[in-house]
Amino acid sequence: MKILVAVKRVPDTTVKLKLKPDGTGVVTDGVNFEVNPFDVIAVEEALRLKEKAGGGEVIVATIGSKDATQQLRHGLAMGADRGILVVNDDDNAIDADVVARTLKAVVAKEQPTLVLVGKQSPDGESNQVPQMLAEHLGWPQATFASKVVVAADKASAEVTREADGGLETLSVRLPAVISADLRLNEPRYASLPGIMKAKAKKIDEFTFESLGVAKAPKVTAVGFFAPPERKAGAVVASVEELVNKLKNEAKVLG
Amino acid sequence: MGNTLVIAEVHNGALRKATLTAVTFAKKAAANEGGAIFGLVVGSGVGAVADDFRRFGLAKVFVADNAAYQHALATTYAAVVAEVVKENGVTLVTATATAFGKDLLPRVAAKLDAGMVSDISDVVDGSTFVRPLFAGNALARVKVSSTIKVVSVRGTAFDAAKPAGNAADVVAITSAPADAVGTTFVRFDETKSARPELTEAQTIVSFGRGLKGPENIPIVEKLCDALGAGLGATRAVVDAGWVPNDFQIGQTGKVVAPTLYFAVGLSGAIQHVAGMKDSKVIVAINKDAEAPIFKVSDYGLVGDLFKVVPELVEAIIKAKAS
Ligand SMILES: Cc1cc2nc3c(=O)[nH]c(=O)nc-3n(C[C@H](O)[C@H](O)[C@H](O)COP(=O)(O)OP(=O)(O)OC[C@H]3O[C@@H](n4cnc5c(N)ncnc54)[C@H](O)[C@@H]3O)c2cc1C
Ligand SMILES: Nc1ncnc2c1ncn2[C@@H]1O[C@H](COP(=O)(O)O)[C@@H](O)[C@H]1O
Repeated sequence: MKILVAVKRVPDTTVKLKLKPDGTGVVTDGVNFEVNPFDVIAVEEALRLKEKAGGGEVIVATIGSKDATQQLRHGLAMGADRGILVVNDDDNAIDADVVARTLKAVVAKEQPTLVLVGKQSPDGESNQVPQMLAEHLGWPQATFASKVVVAADKASAEVTREADGGLETLSVRLPAVISADLRLNEPRYASLPGIMKAKAKKIDEFTFESLGVAKAPKVTAVGFFAPPERKAGAVVASVEELVNKLKNEAKVLG
Repeated sequence: MGNTLVIAEVHNGALRKATLTAVTFAKKAAANEGGAIFGLVVGSGVGAVADDFRRFGLAKVFVADNAAYQHALATTYAAVVAEVVKENGVTLVTATATAFGKDLLPRVAAKLDAGMVSDISDVVDGSTFVRPLFAGNALARVKVSSTIKVVSVRGTAFDAAKPAGNAADVVAITSAPADAVGTTFVRFDETKSARPELTEAQTIVSFGRGLKGPENIPIVEKLCDALGAGLGATRAVVDAGWVPNDFQIGQTGKVVAPTLYFAVGLSGAIQHVAGMKDSKVIVAINKDAEAPIFKVSDYGLVGDLFKVVPELVEAIIKAKAS
């Protein structure tokens, strides 16, 4: 089974990012970058599906700076077979639609049976690329997946989705786009031999031009600013004081 | 500007209240830019939903009522939305950023060659919107250059619209049902709960790993009972399987802003705080005085939850009775 996984290079998700004083973005100097944790889950799922299918290929693809090669290497160290980098130097100069159209061009080259993506980027938080890609390809989509079972004939998959109010299960014809939610699996760590092997794996580089994709965003951030800060309030000494304050000061206990 | 279309979410045969926040957004956007506001209900046997929706100050409510639309598949629904948009001079398409809206709207945007802005919290003008990102650490002003614009709305940032004006005309969409593009519904396993739904609850009690194990959930449930509160949780305990995914509050779970939020035995990681920091009054109970949750709390109580929470339940019952 041939599976394409889209991965994004994002700032360390445990760090509280600070705004640049000029409002052009957040400060990333000195911040480590990692693979979007949702995409790590997507890579893990692809590896498991390939193992279950008894063969195939897992390709990790990213649209990003040359530095994003590190994130592709992480996917390769987990066990993916090869990587694709579409070089882009300015994240503010593209939007989810450009990413989706670029991934579509990669899909056209590779013809995978399945595209696995993360549900959402933790930095831009758009939650758009998977659904847009599915529409551009004319394929089914199954977003927010917590379980994926591919049919024995590889013609369809049953996907359980984290919806509001419960879990929805859909059957989708393959090829399809599936986006991973947090509960899909627990990703493996990259092993030392995995890291060594990854160094020899192939990464192909493309540009938007070489893929024939117009780098024409419809959505641009025109300024960043700080949200209203919450101030730390009072530390109360006892349950009694807390209830008293909630009742008489905050007036939230009816 | 052209017209605005608000897509209704149908839940258990009724209009989901979350939809009404997108109506308020639409009114704010149209107040600046002009144009009519239309509603759209897609589903099967949704006449009553349309009848309800038409009370909220809309110019028209389109209804695509067909057995093929019984389940909210993004593939079929996106096709219906696109048809209504093209035939009625719609340039702004919106829905609330629930799981339904998040699944559907980007597909709609791609179909219409439109730019989309997710989870907006404010309107600047007809093409510029404000949205939180980086786990709530920044807000961005985002401009859309395409003629048709698609916007999902952060429910906590707008009040629910109230019934207003004359009931809108209902217009039936009678075209043949759209192709499901190889997608079929299999089943829905509902999370049954007698407690208020988190995005609608006035009070929420949330807990984290500090509770030690699922066997201790009754401790926080008693606090919920005393307060009539909804029960929420951190990713850590949802991942551990103590409660269903539907309980997760945070950047990648539900975004809530109740009047009163209790954070019990949870550390206050940025991803959790991103989903609750707009609550009116936040109370934290944690045994670690350095826990980040205290930085965003109005009232903090440093202590062992196993001792403090049962005492609190007693005290609240007493305070409410007096
Ligand atoms: C991509 C991504 C998305 C995420 N999305 C979300 C999200 O949407 N929502 C979310 O919540 N998290 C999310 N997280 C996870 C988040 O980073 C934290 O890991 C998680 O919120 C921590 O959960 P916790 O507070 O329950 O556990 P911990 O951080 O382990 O905190 C437990 C707390 O309990 C306290 N405690 C222990 N015993 C007691 C006691 N007896 N009495 C009182 N206090 C006690 C401790 O002092 C500690 O502060 C996400 C992470 C990533 C990487
Ligand atoms: N620059 C990118 N390169 C590769 N994949 C991406 C990129 N941006 C987003 N994606 C994919 O789309 C998913 C959802 O991202 P987003 O729509 O940005 O929230 C991510 O988890 C990735 O799988």
